[in-house]
Amino acid sequence: MSTPQSRVADAIARVPYAKFLGLRAELKGDELTLIMPFAPHLVGNPMLPALHGGVVGALMEVTALTQLSITAKSEKFAKTIDINIEYLRSGKPVDTYARARVVKIGRRIANVQAEAWQNERSQPIATLHGHFMTPETDEAGA
Amino acid sequence: MSDDNPSPGENPLEMLRAMLAHTPQAKAIGADITRMEPPRVWGRTPYREDLVGDPETGVIAGGVITTFLDHISGAAVFSSLKEASSVATIDLRIDYMRAATPHKDVLAEAHCYKLGRNVAFVRAIAYDETPDDPVAQASAAFMINSNGRRRMGSNLRKPKP
Repeated sequence: MSTPQSRVADAIARVPYAKFLGLRAELKGDELTLIMPFAPHLVGNPMLPALHGGVVGALMEVTALTQLSITAKSEKFAKTIDINIEYLRSGKPVDTYARARVVKIGRRIANVQAEAWQNERSQPIATLHGHFMTPETDEAGA
Repeated sequence: MSDDNPSPGENPLEMLRAMLAHTPQAKAIGADITRMEPPRVWGRTPYREDLVGDPETGVIAGGVITTFLDHISGAAVFSSLKEASSVATIDLRIDYMRAATPHKDVLAEAHCYKLGRNVAFVRAIAYDETPDDPVAQASAAFMINSNGRRRMGSNLRKPKP
């Protein structure tokens, strides 16, 4: 059955940049996991080789935006105000996963944290903390 | 096109561009370094339909700006180094001031304002017309000689069971 939550998760498949990264969404209830399968064009350091920090940041930002829409029960995506990314480990050439937690949704601004990991959930490769314009809920908006 | 594989020569800008040409993700988004005056570098990422983040408006994805700013900031560090070394982002903060204008290339400039022995600090700005009307601003810290004692291909090793 199509719910507002599943429609948002499905919407990712139609975003050109999400296709460029090869992102896949998995939704369990209202919890979203984004999967970024390894692909050679995601590499930033060919010597190790390691994923480009930018795509790890992008994965977490898309996760934060999508989780925020799900939590806010909106089918729109929020606008990013600022993001803080911390890199903890080099991203290996394997699949990467990300989940986000909405810390607070205010009337105008939402505060979201996200984490990316690879083989071990307990060893994140990067974290993100960001502020976003709260997306309009469907009753108020469209 | 000669830009695909610039030959490294005595020209530092060409060396930097050659290095970037070997970065698969920089190539994938089409990022290029257009000017270099250490500790500052300038670059461009052309607008492309497949990098759009909002199909309704045609605005380029925030992730592309993030990747470009991360990349050009790393390039500013690299341009400042006396000896070539690997650099890795420690943290990156980006403020998004406005949406990038659809169908316009994204331009950026980065300034490595402090180069330490182990860590370098960079400010960067992305815009589509002039730096006075920025799309986004970044500040980042980088680790220098990030490959350290790790050898080529060390990330390919299977983790110990």
